[in-house]
Amino acid sequence: MTAVAIENGQRQFDYWLTVYKRTWKGSLVSSFLLPLLYLAAMGIGLGSFVDANGTGSLGGVSYLQFIAPGLLASTALQIAVGESTYPVMSGLKWQKFYYSMIATPLRPADVMYGQLAFIAFRVASTCAVFLAVIAAFGGLRSPLGLLGLPVALLVGMAASAPVCAIATTLKNDSGFAMIFRFGVIPAFLFSGAFFPVSQLPDWIEWLAYVSPLWHAVELSRDLSLNTVEFWPALGSLAYLAAWFVVGTWFAVRGLTKRLIS
Amino acid sequence: MATLAVRVIPVPIRVGNGRQVVERNFLVYRRSWVMFVSGFFEPVFYLLSIGIGVAKLVGDFTLADGTVIGYAAFVAPAMLASSAMNGAVFDSTYNIFFRMKYAKLYDSMLATPLRPWDVATGEVTWALLRGACYSAMFLLVMLVMGLIQSWWALLALPASVLIGYAFAGAGMAMTTFMRSWQDFEFVQLTTMPMFLFSATFYPVQTYPGAIRWLVEITPLYQGVALERAFTTGTVSWTLIINALYLIAMGTLGMYVASRRLGKLLLK
Repeated sequence: MTAVAIENGQRQFDYWLTVYKRTWKGSLVSSFLLPLLYLAAMGIGLGSFVDANGTGSLGGVSYLQFIAPGLLASTALQIAVGESTYPVMSGLKWQKFYYSMIATPLRPADVMYGQLAFIAFRVASTCAVFLAVIAAFGGLRSPLGLLGLPVALLVGMAASAPVCAIATTLKNDSGFAMIFRFGVIPAFLFSGAFFPVSQLPDWIEWLAYVSPLWHAVELSRDLSLNTVEFWPALGSLAYLAAWFVVGTWFAVRGLTKRLIS
Repeated sequence: MATLAVRVIPVPIRVGNGRQVVERNFLVYRRSWVMFVSGFFEPVFYLLSIGIGVAKLVGDFTLADGTVIGYAAFVAPAMLASSAMNGAVFDSTYNIFFRMKYAKLYDSMLATPLRPWDVATGEVTWALLRGACYSAMFLLVMLVMGLIQSWWALLALPASVLIGYAFAGAGMAMTTFMRSWQDFEFVQLTTMPMFLFSATFYPVQTYPGAIRWLVEITPLYQGVALERAFTTGTVSWTLIINALYLIAMGTLGMYVASRRLGKLLLK
């Protein structure tokens, strides 16, 4: 049974890869260039002012080294959410390719696994390039920082699965603007990527701890600065995994309901 | 009642019937007012994040004329200018492209007594009214956070409308050349670097000579210079050049847009 599911999922992934081979150029700017420019403007430009002001509150590391792992995790989140909104609605509403897929022996669950596998591929490939650039800029302090890649993949999936679940329930795309405005952007700005969350008022600080992105930023940064502590790290990993597993369950359920009713 | 207000309030258009287009957009947005209202939060989130968080790391800045201000007061006017740009660009590119290619809205408008110039001015006026709402709210937040240091800030609102005008005109002109959604990568490719590098997050003096010059000729830089001068009260005569630049850009864009709309739709 599992073997069948994996095989079906693989076929789906093949489909997505074929599509991406034709459209990858369009994603170059948003997935590679923009995070790079952020790294340059914030890490190097603004960083020179932060460093001159003293980096005691950052634990003594340069601002570039402080934000680079955070930017990596944020990029993963943004790409994952982007790929889980309009493309999923397109499969259901505009191009309706999900309907053709389940007209074959594929089940809705296979369709969703294939979609998630492709999103994982997008997140991993983009973040790998970004990580290489960060390393070249001197943004990593320890080689352990390279483990930021699996962390980025994990937070990408932790965000992608629940957003896919929401996308299967929406009738039109105006809900996505809300996800970006009240989910992605605040997470990007307040999850400790740009400054320690301890500087926030207490109630926002708590919101940061709830957000999956904060856990990923912390993990990724601790790895890069080589300050990982076992139990908190394990807790963050488990928290992210829980988002992914529960999100996937709801996504499969949502898609099944929408396609077979 | 509100529709009546749209009809009665004198929309500042000298020639043509752009106000029908404004009224149409108003009626459409009345049904999705949540979208309208939520647009206000994005720049405020940026302001809070940078004002509360990053400002503590950076410390105070000294402006060109020797005034020392906190980082939040330095960066807030730049956020105001950038959000005026982003809003105008979004309205005048994605929205217009959709209406032109998919909704075929302008085909139906031009079947009425409306002319291309009316469509262009109407759409831009709408974008400006919407942008002015967001900018006014943003200035209010700045006031509450203590980031406004001068009465000159009263001019910050008209300045943000001017920024909107420049980018809405240019954006509309660009949109008439777009072939498909893929071309919109170019929109991001022009606005994003400006947002990050137009003296928004740190003073332009930070850059070496050649790059500094490159920054100073970008349109967003003109807007940031205007807004920062008004909210910090460091006003000088050179601001007239910044303002003229934006007026010229918007007017040229509008002219090109209405010419191209006529060409594309009235064949």
